[in-house]
Amino acid sequence: MSDPLVKIRDLKIEGRSDETWTPIINGVDLDLNRGEVLGLIGESGAGKSTIGLAAMGFTRDGVRISGGSVEFDGIDLLGASAAVKRGLLGKRIAYVAQSAAASFNPAHKLIDQHTEAPTQHNVSSRSESVQDGVELYRRLRLPNPDEIGFRYPHQVSGGQLQRAMTAMAMSCRPDLIIFDEPTTALDVTTQIEVLAAIRDIVEQFDTAAIYITHDLAVVAQMADKIKVLLKGDEVEEADTRTMLSAPTQDYTKSLWAVRSFERPKKPAVLTTATPIVSVCGVTAAYGKIDVLHDVSFDIHQGRTVAVVGESGSGKSTTARCITGLLPPRIGHIEFDGVEMPLDYRKRNKDQLRQAQMIYQMADTALNPRKSIGEIIGRPVEFYMGLKGREKRKRVEDLLAEIELEPTQYIDRLPSELSGGQKQRIGIARALAAEPKFIICDEVTSALDQLVAEGILKLLAKLQDELGLSYMFITHDLATVRAIADEVVVMKDGEVVEQGEKAAMFQPPHHPYTDLLLSSVPEMDPDWLSNLLNERGVDNIGDAAVDKM
Amino acid sequence: MSVWMWILTILIVILAGGWMFRKVGQITSGNTPYFRDMPYGVAVGYVAAALTLLFVITTYIKALSAEPGAEANKYFFFKLAIHFLLISAVAAWVFRWLGRQIGTAGTRKLFRQMPLTASFGILVIILYALTAIFAGAIAPYGQEEILGNANVVPGGDPNIGGDPKYPLGTDQIGRDILSRLIFGAQNTVGIAFATTCLAFFIGASLGFLAATLGGWLDQLLSRAVDALMAIPALIFALLLMTIAAVWANKFGIPLTLFMVVIIAVIDATRVFRLARAVGTSIVVMDYIEAAKLRGEGLTYLIFREILPNATAPLLAEFGLRFCFVFLTIASLSFLGVGIQPPLADWGTMVRDLGQFINFAQFAPQVALTPLLAASAIALLTVAVNFVVDWMLHRSSGLKE
Repeated sequence: MSDPLVKIRDLKIEGRSDETWTPIINGVDLDLNRGEVLGLIGESGAGKSTIGLAAMGFTRDGVRISGGSVEFDGIDLLGASAAVKRGLLGKRIAYVAQSAAASFNPAHKLIDQHTEAPTQHNVSSRSESVQDGVELYRRLRLPNPDEIGFRYPHQVSGGQLQRAMTAMAMSCRPDLIIFDEPTTALDVTTQIEVLAAIRDIVEQFDTAAIYITHDLAVVAQMADKIKVLLKGDEVEEADTRTMLSAPTQDYTKSLWAVRSFERPKKPAVLTTATPIVSVCGVTAAYGKIDVLHDVSFDIHQGRTVAVVGESGSGKSTTARCITGLLPPRIGHIEFDGVEMPLDYRKRNKDQLRQAQMIYQMADTALNPRKSIGEIIGRPVEFYMGLKGREKRKRVEDLLAEIELEPTQYIDRLPSELSGGQKQRIGIARALAAEPKFIICDEVTSALDQLVAEGILKLLAKLQDELGLSYMFITHDLATVRAIADEVVVMKDGEVVEQGEKAAMFQPPHHPYTDLLLSSVPEMDPDWLSNLLNERGVDNIGDAAVDKM
Repeated sequence: MSVWMWILTILIVILAGGWMFRKVGQITSGNTPYFRDMPYGVAVGYVAAALTLLFVITTYIKALSAEPGAEANKYFFFKLAIHFLLISAVAAWVFRWLGRQIGTAGTRKLFRQMPLTASFGILVIILYALTAIFAGAIAPYGQEEILGNANVVPGGDPNIGGDPKYPLGTDQIGRDILSRLIFGAQNTVGIAFATTCLAFFIGASLGFLAATLGGWLDQLLSRAVDALMAIPALIFALLLMTIAAVWANKFGIPLTLFMVVIIAVIDATRVFRLARAVGTSIVVMDYIEAAKLRGEGLTYLIFREILPNATAPLLAEFGLRFCFVFLTIASLSFLGVGIQPPLADWGTMVRDLGQFINFAQFAPQVALTPLLAASAIALLTVAVNFVVDWMLHRSSGLKE
């Protein structure tokens, strides 16, 4: 067998923080043969992206490679001159970033950005590379391949941009492409077509790839072999099927097990009981355009209603109507059978207190200049009128309730906490108001799977103890399976289907629900191939949604 | 050889020198990445800088060995500048070194990361502040005191018309310039500080209000600010000051008070712009939404949620704004409508002594008198900018 294309030996990388260099990667080896796809998985901070970039001989600012070697096709990338690296990057090594929307230059047309690398590297003339670009767009199954390249990035949807970016990476027919979480920001239905497109094109051109992701089910579809990382160390590496069926390390097993968390089924609600929250025939508009059409559902005491759908389906808008941030045009909201004023500014303190929110991005939901004690203490003081020692006592109780050591965390700033801890503080702030009802807006989607599982378990525990009701907005069906009692499926601002969870996961259901369910990647490495065989390439993703 | 030939020759020498420098570096260092990947422009920059340094050093040696008289006069200001530069560099270094030894762990860390320019700036600001606060105790004479000897030359050398009693000389009506400089710090800097604070109070509160409420109030305030900003600031201030001068006489209110308010309002427009821009990016954050949904009032939102997150850019702007206000006051005083005599003020001092600059060629010591006040203004402006640069650098999270 010939030498591997990429050969990394004992790679050590350090990052600068507070004037000292702290290790990020502690000696990782990596071999990648031609035409092979390697999946790098791990939590955030595990060093996946850092290794991906190091494979191109590149590091981010404030990061340095302190030891080891990186060889690409026999060329020592760490010792190579800037001129040699310039000749390789873009031509033989390409990179596809997580957010295509942020990576394309918004001032230039797609095709102009596409042709830049081939003309710079003298691979082909501009007119040839334009033709080639159109051909690649066609192979990646972009709609209107002849003219899509002549649009600006903002005129193209997220999933299409991600495919255009893959086409751009392919423009010089590189030997290696590094995919850094290319589908993380996409909806499930969009993700699937990007996955299929990437997989096809990598196979067609026999390109080697490093595929970085935190989603195990995705990596199972894409990779020939998988390497698991934890805090800068390699946990294990094996080919995909072995890894999925027989992981040897405890950490890997725990990653695999996350997906199995599920709450026991609760008894059905009495039909006579007054729901905690009822959304009654709500139609709401941004400006003159209606974005919600006649949405109605009830949330009963102690139950979790999951609202699912793609982005733009009106999930969060429904939440804004309930809280009063967006007063509905038609219809109304009832709490405990009492009709609420539509605008939050007209609600009194007690009405505001009843419904609390937990946000998706804990980073922006907590004021970075306030200590944890102040953040949680404010609603305690504002709603309950507690001051001084009583207030501090209550804050400490709340911290204990969300399983954080009170004395250790009460004086910290949000920036001194991890993502999962911040989300817990967001929960504590909501609990401080002693509400009956909490809206959880994609609370786990920004978190790693293990951490997300912890948050879900905490929410379930709090529900059992305090009898809370949740409205759980999510696009992740695994989360729905784990925590929901009832499910509301939304599409284009309408409720397509609602009912008990068990019923929703059993066929027959609405074709849209079916599409959503079947688009969620499964851990089976053959899942994508089977799905494509079953439905055909033109019946997945946006194309399928449009046909409805 | 003509001037053009000289310029062309020097240019060619620098360009060729850059190429040579890199080539020699590559050969002697065994092709280390530093020389190997050095862009040509950087190499040329090194050579040009080295040549400039060489030029400065030779000129300085010439200046030191020059005969007193016309030859020495030619290099007088150059020598002064070099001396000042060296002294301030040493002072800044010593100040930073002291800062690293004394104080809490936090301040020591601050001083460790501080560039020399910033420590120089802080040192100068501290000195100015001390001078302004203790002006009465430091100054040898009163600011309005007429001491008899007019036009004493600075330097205190009796041979050329100086007097050791007045180390920086006296002005045309015999007031001690050192004392007037010291009191000038109190007047000019004090008033500038008060004006900047007022400008920030007006600008920041209105800017945050516009950002939080939006809608017609935002439109009204923003368009009003646009209208004010459309008029050139100095000319507008001059116009208003002329009107205010009449009112000041009529109502018996000191003109300085008018000046503070006028400059504050004009500068508040710039602060408004910044505060509104920073504010709008903060009000869309989820924690503001959470506070709104909690039912918090406007005052709490602005002062407890938004303001703490806007302090970094506002502080940086405060430094710059202070410089501009300070320069505006000096300019107005120079034009005769600012701080009124007999109060000492640097702008007025520059204007009053201005014609001495004509003596620069044959009696540089005499020409120094108006430049003392002018350099006091320049020094503070430079110092504040050094500190602001550093703060901006820190708050933007740029490391190295």
